[in-house]
Amino acid sequence: MSKPKVATTSLAGCFGCHMSLLDIDDRILKLIELVDFDKSPINDIKKFTGRCAVGLVEGGCANEHNVHVLQDFRRNCEILISVGDCAIMGGIPAVRNGIPLKECLDEAYINGPTVYNPSGQIPNDPELPLILDRVYPCHEVVKIDYHLPGCPPPADMLWEALVALLTDKPLDLPYELIKYD
Amino acid sequence: MSDTFTFTIDGVEVTATKGQTIIEAADQSGVYIPRLCYCEGLKPYGGCRICTVLINGRPQAACTQPAAPGIEVTNESAELNKHRRALIDMHFVEGNHFCMFCEKSGDCELQALAYRFGITAPQYPYMFPKRDIDATHPDIFIDRNRCVMCGRCVQASRDVDGKNVFQFVGRGSDKRVAVNSEANLADTDMAASDKAAEVCPVGALLRKRVGFAKPIGKRDYDNTPIGSDIESGKSAAQ
Ligand code: SF4
Ligand code: SF4
Repeated sequence: MSKPKVATTSLAGCFGCHMSLLDIDDRILKLIELVDFDKSPINDIKKFTGRCAVGLVEGGCANEHNVHVLQDFRRNCEILISVGDCAIMGGIPAVRNGIPLKECLDEAYINGPTVYNPSGQIPNDPELPLILDRVYPCHEVVKIDYHLPGCPPPADMLWEALVALLTDKPLDLPYELIKYD
Repeated sequence: MSDTFTFTIDGVEVTATKGQTIIEAADQSGVYIPRLCYCEGLKPYGGCRICTVLINGRPQAACTQPAAPGIEVTNESAELNKHRRALIDMHFVEGNHFCMFCEKSGDCELQALAYRFGITAPQYPYMFPKRDIDATHPDIFIDRNRCVMCGRCVQASRDVDGKNVFQFVGRGSDKRVAVNSEANLADTDMAASDKAAEVCPVGALLRKRVGFAKPIGKRDYDNTPIGSDIESGKSAAQ
């Protein structure tokens, strides 16, 4: 029987949650016995090769592209998990949510103290994904089955959650592993 | 002593002294009733409603309700805990709680309640309100993004410090903690040694230059849930 597949992605995140996943250290070898990685920056597979048992999503939705990727994950994964505070509440990128988008762009491309931009243009190439009005947590965009909070979530939490889900056990996180920081 | 009497919480008999509230009697008996705005030493105000229990079947705030002989109190029930969870969730979505860079994280009572209730994400949409900060004072700052309107600072400043530095202004979602000066906290007579500077349950009113002093793993709620001290009877000695 083929192994279940796991896909991972980073939307508006910093890859810290992926680093935390790598922090499970040598248990990554056990994980490889349990699953095959599908679309993921870990193996650089760009497109889903088939239906996945579990999708791990790091980061919230800050632009159009994030939304497309998230919807793609929802379509292709049985269980979709928000990993980390950015996926769950927008995280650091959501600090911009209280500031009008125009002000954010002006600061980033025109007024910022380190900006050198003689043309005074805000990048608007059609290739660039449109920035959303604010950063959205994943569960406000698609249905999310589980949330693993933390910035990033502890490696042990990711491990416990993955093993429980892949072996059909209830996801019962011990007190010390639920952290919002 | 005729001043003591008994009543039950979740069917277990507890002893109370005349004049005690339900929460005081429960604390003394090692029963934890979840609460957020209540602060020992300040006059209970019944604002957050997380301590709501059923008294002979009727919902009441345990922090303001006096204990009475023979009453039957329900504290642990699926329904009450569902309501408590909803209240905690609302605090998270109605403010801007960026725990990852909050100095109070690990020692925060709101966060600790969420941990105790096993909350991994709030069930309501985030509001991301626009709130002010006030960092003008040399020793204390206010970050209203994190204020849960518990009123502890208002009370402590008025009743303990005798200064009236803080007051609530506005209504509904515009309600906020205001300071007793023309403009900023720096213009008040607030001092770092004030009681008001230490009572905030969250990271809204903080002393400067003490943040992140405790390492992760050693903070108040890193390893044991909020209320464990009460449940283990350690706070009963007070
Ligand atoms: S005050 Fe508490 S709940 Fe709010 S951000 Fe800080 S740690 Fe989180
Ligand atoms: S600043 Fe802190 S103590 Fe004052 S009302 Fe807000 S949460 Fe309560």
